[in-house]
Amino acid sequence: MIKIEQVSKKYKGSENFSVSNIDLLIHEKEIFGLLGPNGAGKTTLISMLCALIKPTSGTFSIDGLTYQKNKNQLKQHIGIVPQEYALYPSLTAFENLKYFGSMYGLKGKELDTKINHTLEHLGLLHFAHKKIDAFSGGMKRRVNLIASILHEPKVLFLDEPTVGVDVQSKNVIIEFLQELNKNGTTIIYTSHHLNEAETFCTRVAIIDHGKIIIKGHPKDLIKNNDGAHNLEDVFINLTGKALRDHA
Amino acid sequence: MHKLIASTYKEFLLLTRDIGGIAILFIMPLVLIITITLIQDSTFKTVTDYKIPILIVNNDNGHVSKTILKGLNESNTFEINLKETESTARDLVFKGKYQLAIIIPENLSSGLDKKVSQNVDGIIEKFGLEETTDNLQQEVIKGKEVKLYFDPATQLTFKNSVKNGIDKMVAKIETESIYKAFQEQLTDDPSEVIFDTESYITFNEILPQKDNEEYIPNSVQHNVPAWTLFAIFFIIVPLSINIVKEKSQGTFVRLRTNPVSYAIVLGGKTLVYLMVCLIQFILMLLVGLYVFPAIGLPNLDVSGRLPLLFVVAVFAGLAAIGLGLLLGTIAKTQEQSAPFGATFVVILAALGGVWVPVFVMPKIMQTLSQISPMNWGLNAFYDVFLRNGSLLDILPEISLLLLFFLATTLIAIVYNEKKNAL
Repeated sequence: MIKIEQVSKKYKGSENFSVSNIDLLIHEKEIFGLLGPNGAGKTTLISMLCALIKPTSGTFSIDGLTYQKNKNQLKQHIGIVPQEYALYPSLTAFENLKYFGSMYGLKGKELDTKINHTLEHLGLLHFAHKKIDAFSGGMKRRVNLIASILHEPKVLFLDEPTVGVDVQSKNVIIEFLQELNKNGTTIIYTSHHLNEAETFCTRVAIIDHGKIIIKGHPKDLIKNNDGAHNLEDVFINLTGKALRDHA
Repeated sequence: MHKLIASTYKEFLLLTRDIGGIAILFIMPLVLIITITLIQDSTFKTVTDYKIPILIVNNDNGHVSKTILKGLNESNTFEINLKETESTARDLVFKGKYQLAIIIPENLSSGLDKKVSQNVDGIIEKFGLEETTDNLQQEVIKGKEVKLYFDPATQLTFKNSVKNGIDKMVAKIETESIYKAFQEQLTDDPSEVIFDTESYITFNEILPQKDNEEYIPNSVQHNVPAWTLFAIFFIIVPLSINIVKEKSQGTFVRLRTNPVSYAIVLGGKTLVYLMVCLIQFILMLLVGLYVFPAIGLPNLDVSGRLPLLFVVAVFAGLAAIGLGLLLGTIAKTQEQSAPFGATFVVILAALGGVWVPVFVMPKIMQTLSQISPMNWGLNAFYDVFLRNGSLLDILPEISLLLLFFLATTLIAIVYNEKKNAL
């Protein structure tokens, strides 16, 4: 269970809070979607939960563990799929996965077997020994995902895992994540693909201006929102049509 | 340990996948050392083997100017060109056509003879060997001036060496003239040897010895350690770029979420880049041993010194790597790390005495050079290469290099921890 209490983040030099007093409870084995326009605070919230940035105030725990007290245990407990391809372009898919797997203490034949098995599962075994440089966006996304789940994390954070990929790759990724969830992994993900979130997530929270403006099961949110036929309607109703460009 | 091995292997793969980078890492230092040694060797030859064209305006045409010309010819340093007038010679030198013009004044020989005779006569009179002459009748002989014109671009060391050479030559001519004047006064037989004109005081350079064999240092023994060290320290540029690249391509973000310490990540880089330093060092030694003699440069003598040379190379490499780790950790972009790294290495080299010996630097720079790791490394290399030093002799320098590595790496780790503290 992820327990977030009054978490806020204000970046140096910024006038506004990127995340403001968020309280949230994410249950075990949930697929929880953090949705919101650009600059709403989704990535900031997920980055705090992954120990990449420090909250300005507030606390959170993941399955009872905190970074202050259980840093290494917690890092072993979670996996993160960053929005960017966090891979070495001049190394092959296998070499990248072997390295990142080793950082979780995995080694030897067990690691090799696990890598090959997962590559095969995501349709990449044939390309295992090709350099990442030569991969398409969809292939990189899949390797990026595998690098984060080799150690079988209990909680998996995904920041826009399907951005910039074709429909086929997106389906493979979503099916794989659903399978992980079935096997007990809690999934927290951010996305701009509202249709994808509608069918994929057990619960979603819509964030705007650093605050959660609504949360619940996608179907309930649609039902309780006048004139809404899908999650996108709910989203537009709540966040408005104004552009959210920021720099 | 397993994570350190994995990190080291990953760094090895990253390095070996970049063929262009490897070529630069290994070939450029070799090109540098060959180029610098050839240039310095040819500069050396300019003063010894090759002849520098100079101008002489001989207004004297007596025995003194003949002796000066003979001395200059015999020095094998200069190619002598005679000119008629001082103004022509001066213009040519000041325009940079010639490095030097020597203007020998009129009546230098006769003036010197008269002056010496006058002095010798005076001395002999004092001893009562000759009739006393009226002092009032003595002619007043003014001193003569040999003028030197140098090309304004001429280096100070060359100027000083020429001035010293001419000064020495003039002193010798004067001494010989005095002896000759005495000889003429004391005997009518010119073949009779009264004075032994050979120098009483001579110089003999005593070289360091090992196993009763003298070490004779040459330009290569001086150049190889200095420029090898320079090349080793350049490792901070690719190393800092490697770290900055990790940040920009996102892999560093992933590593921060992994249960691995920054020290392990840096440990992998340290081991691989230390190997690179040692390979660079081996290649440069091989160039000194086999390529230099083949292109007419002196041979690099490493006999009996290899183990200690490797010790110095390891510690110098570690110091350079520590600096690279710190720079890469602090820098945010390659545009920050690469120019800063390259410029900083040049500053450290200058401070360390790679170009100009530390003892000729101003006092403040001499003090600053004491905190340059390149100075410690260079001294350790010179201890081994030129001073026949033992492990005990280089212990202070290699200890400082090790401390420098530990301090810079620790600062990098603390900086990273502080920046990413939760």
